[in-house]
Amino acid sequence: MQLIVESLFNGIAIGSVLLVAALGLAIVFGLMGVINLAHGELMMIGAYSTYVTQLIFKLPAFQQFYNSYIIVSLGVAFLVSAVVGIVLESLIIKRLYGNPLETLLATWGVSLILQQFVRSVPLAYGTGLIISLIIGLGLPIILPKNLFVSHQSKFFRLGIWSISVVFGLLTANGLSSAISKLGRSSSRNVDVTAPSWMRGGIEFWDITFPVTRLVIIVITIISVIAVSWFLNRSIWGMRIRAVTQNRSMSECLGISTKKVDILTFAIGSGLAGVAGVAVSLLGSVGPNVGANYIVGCFMVVVLGGVGNLLGTIIASFGIGIMTDLIGAGRLLEIWPEMPSSIASTVNFFATTSMARVLVFALIVVFLQFKPAGLFPQKGRMVEG
Amino acid sequence: MTLLEIKGMNTYYGESHIIRDVDMSVKSGEMVCLIGRNGVGKTTLLKTLIGLLKPKSGEILFDGNSINRTAPHNRAKSGIAYVPQGREIIPYLTVEENLKLGMEALQGGLVKNKKIDTFIYELFPILKTFLNRKGGDLSGGQQQQLAIGRALLGQPKLLLLDEPTEGIQPNIVKDIESAVRRIINERGIGVLLVEQHLHFVRQADKYYAMQRGGIVASGPTKDLSKSVIENFLNV
Repeated sequence: MQLIVESLFNGIAIGSVLLVAALGLAIVFGLMGVINLAHGELMMIGAYSTYVTQLIFKLPAFQQFYNSYIIVSLGVAFLVSAVVGIVLESLIIKRLYGNPLETLLATWGVSLILQQFVRSVPLAYGTGLIISLIIGLGLPIILPKNLFVSHQSKFFRLGIWSISVVFGLLTANGLSSAISKLGRSSSRNVDVTAPSWMRGGIEFWDITFPVTRLVIIVITIISVIAVSWFLNRSIWGMRIRAVTQNRSMSECLGISTKKVDILTFAIGSGLAGVAGVAVSLLGSVGPNVGANYIVGCFMVVVLGGVGNLLGTIIASFGIGIMTDLIGAGRLLEIWPEMPSSIASTVNFFATTSMARVLVFALIVVFLQFKPAGLFPQKGRMVEG
Repeated sequence: MTLLEIKGMNTYYGESHIIRDVDMSVKSGEMVCLIGRNGVGKTTLLKTLIGLLKPKSGEILFDGNSINRTAPHNRAKSGIAYVPQGREIIPYLTVEENLKLGMEALQGGLVKNKKIDTFIYELFPILKTFLNRKGGDLSGGQQQQLAIGRALLGQPKLLLLDEPTEGIQPNIVKDIESAVRRIINERGIGVLLVEQHLHFVRQADKYYAMQRGGIVASGPTKDLSKSVIENFLNV
């Protein structure tokens, strides 16, 4: 009993990391049909923004709130990754809708650029850039619309962007002088230390549940509930569903499909940022942290059935539990008197990397029989 | 009052010239029928009017303003509703959600308008009983009623109907005909109808006949002669 609970918990923990990472991709790839290879780098940006938030909370002014930085960083990571996603969509992906191959190559290029960016640019300046983007993109939404209709609208735009650049530079300079770690560029991995309440574990039935894992599971549950509420209950969610099912008719009904595209992509990217927070709790954060997850994310989305949230959930927990069963050699623990020939095979796969190999091989076999995944649905590939 | 005016419009599908120098006008409170055999460009004309296709030359005036460069969703908001051939119901959305999407064209969109106007259930009572069903699960006739209801919920000034009776059982055809007539009388909207069904064509006030992308005959529907009908309708 204890063994099963422990195994199940570990599987769910692995699965929830996969799920929270794949959730954004389920929207971007599953609903919009965009193959975004830079999705992992959006996670990486989320992880780095957790790191920056943590360092800011270590400053004397915020020290007393230090323990709550992880909650703040969830919002920060969502916002930062969403903004990067908006820029990515409106500069590159928008022009490539309907060309999956070109999208794949372009976003792969973007992922390399982003990886190099965090290596060569000091994080303080990266933060400054993000701040100016947030102000520059955000102010036009907050300010009254009629400012932008008049013939002086060009000056308004110019004014807003100059304000945002000034703010960005100020933040960059302030951060790099206040926190010396952020002032230098470095390609070394950084560590996010969990606040004290997240260290250790909770004892229950003689099993220790590590709090970080529990927090990740909670983050995942909240994200899943928020996403499904948003997609199924909110007005924008209805617009998104309408556009993904019939783009031209939605446009004819009065929905601005361009706005819907940007918003959908922003939310998918923002969720990647949230996944970045979860990932930063598990290990050190480096430029390659996202690349380790991207294949797994695509596997989850494809296995679950493209465009199906429930499928994504079941697929990620399925993969998580399988990985734990195989990777930790649970079969041997459950059945100790196994014949030695089978036992050696089980042992052979009882490492994390070999478990991944076996699980992916099993997925490939599964997809031979059900190419559309667990829950096939008539989806849409983005039309021109 | 002239609601829609088309002047010398030409539209291409890639390389092929589909709409040739079309002039046309629709007044408020008037039902205009566009007739012609299959493949002469009637659907292309409607798609150009809603903005899915861009005309190469010519001008489209709606309510006195040129809308040549307006995106489809803004045309919808300015008061043009489109019921396409094949109805294009959003398949995995419920009937209720599909109807609500029609209200996106209203001032303020769905954020300001939450309640579905009940007159739609008077026109098409069947919609009320199926509110929670998926749009894609309805029969062709029900989908057509849904598509027209959805279009009307945006309170359009001009309704573009593309073959609303195609492949639909006769009793529903009657319902659709009377609903369209009623809306024109009550709300004074203009309707541009593409139709093959002679009975429906006869309800229109004016007709335009199309051949190879150009308008070759027009006039009041009551003057529709037998020879014109034989030439331009698939009867």
